[in-house]
Amino acid sequence: MPKHKIDPNNWVKLYSDYLFNYTITRVSDREVAQDLISETFLAGLKSMKNFKGEASERTWLVSILKRKIIDHYRKINSNKGKAEVRMNYINDTDSEGDWLEERVADSNVKTAEDTLVNSELGGAIYDCLAKLPEKQADVFKMKTILGYGTETICNELNITASNLWVIIHRARTALAECMEENWFK
Amino acid sequence: MKKSFLFISCEEAKLICDKSQYDEATTWEIVKLRIRLFYCGITKTYSRKNVKLSETIETSKVQCLKAEERDKLQSTLDKELTKQQQN
Repeated sequence: MPKHKIDPNNWVKLYSDYLFNYTITRVSDREVAQDLISETFLAGLKSMKNFKGEASERTWLVSILKRKIIDHYRKINSNKGKAEVRMNYINDTDSEGDWLEERVADSNVKTAEDTLVNSELGGAIYDCLAKLPEKQADVFKMKTILGYGTETICNELNITASNLWVIIHRARTALAECMEENWFK
Repeated sequence: MKKSFLFISCEEAKLICDKSQYDEATTWEIVKLRIRLFYCGITKTYSRKNVKLSETIETSKVQCLKAEERDKLQSTLDKELTKQQQN
């Protein structure tokens, strides 16, 4: 009997943020990341029958996503992709002379190691967030990760400010404990 | 019990500590929190863990989808699921 079951109806709710964080650390573009996740879900739907249930649903989706990310880089590094990049420079006559500067390596570019650590840490945060009640996780994400203002969240979720701070307090306490247990130890 | 002007409860201190993680605590609230931190071990431990959590999240540069972005993903998936069920 398979250890894990598959239910695409819950994919967005359960895994979209985790997959998004995984992707954005690798492609650095919100829209591309969303497209890749969408493609992953659709590919997952098509190959559902191949899911053996040995790995978790999330691990299986990540393995599809990894291939999608590789395909994405393969595509933009193809000859057509390179030609498109060259075209952009040729057309950009106003900023002639700037191109050398644009090609200089960005000192802020993260190393592969940094990206990996951030991605793993992000994964650990999402693992802990998944253990919180849905509302707590949502409020925490809106306030802490998306950086929304207190008033915006209160209006959006129809809660009072004091209610919001109670939710934030519970979420932070549970998260700190979970991270202590699973990441810092 | 009469509410103290300068001394706050542990619960109030934790709330201020939470608010200060988002720069939403007033200067006066921070003064009251600092006074409590002098003599309350529970507040001190909570504050240390809270700051550590904020720093960890900051370091991780963790990101998530906005509600509308998630809705878009869901509707694309729903459409495909309906198609699959019809076939």
